[in-house]
Amino acid sequence: MSTAFRQALDGITRVRGVRGAMLVAGEDGLIVAESLMEGVRGNAVAALAASLQKRFRQAMEAAAVGNPHFLHLQGGGGTLMIVPAPDGILVVAVGTPDMNVGLVRLEMLRAAESIS
Amino acid sequence: MTETRAVEAWTLRPLERFVAESGARLTLLMTPAGQVLAQHGFTRAVDVMSAAALGAAIVASTGEIARMMDQQAFATLNHQGVQHGIFLGAFDTPRGGLLALVVYGPDSSAGLVQLFFEELAQGLIAAAPAEEQPKAVLAANFEDELNRSLASLFGR
Repeated sequence: MSTAFRQALDGITRVRGVRGAMLVAGEDGLIVAESLMEGVRGNAVAALAASLQKRFRQAMEAAAVGNPHFLHLQGGGGTLMIVPAPDGILVVAVGTPDMNVGLVRLEMLRAAESIS
Repeated sequence: MTETRAVEAWTLRPLERFVAESGARLTLLMTPAGQVLAQHGFTRAVDVMSAAALGAAIVASTGEIARMMDQQAFATLNHQGVQHGIFLGAFDTPRGGLLALVVYGPDSSAGLVQLFFEELAQGLIAAAPAEEQPKAVLAANFEDELNRSLASLFGR
């Protein structure tokens, strides 16, 4: 993994409650770089998060409200967050239900900025 | 509406699930020799036969390249186009090696196809009956066998 990618992910995974962070190719749904705890199925999360982001983008375009800047899905057992970077890469984070969403979002936006 | 059809019934359910989950447009399940076990999305027999022959030839070619490099055979191969992508994957089952040839469009992705291909392989391994004794293929009944398979694949 390149130093820039590692630093981008380290900023996110340092936040308490984050179980993993990834950079994902948005069109392909394939992992570019990852920093995941054991038990997180990286390839599955990457493929499905990219698919989800594509669908949301289509829905928002259809609604003429622009592109999504941040997706936050809250489940009973955890949280999935996606931030699209300008060059088609997605910053994806998975965490516990009680993680600091605001702080993680800030780190994800920083990561998206640093890799583009 | 495109249908999923199988020559060997045990392949049908895993293939239907794969198509539904991955969003694949066309899928062909075959042996490394190009004998088709099931298909989704094809409407003409000639397309199935051509795709099976080409898919088997690609896997045989890459297998030979791997052998020359003293490597294990490549498990999967993905070729991304502007609108469509082609995915070829090989795996072993109790009935011998199988290949999946998948064509996907912009409503799917390489990641999704690869993810659900792994589930397809697991589903087929679980569903496969024990290997039967290979039957001798005679020139005299080859055409009948082929016609029967194509009839199953296209519901005729």
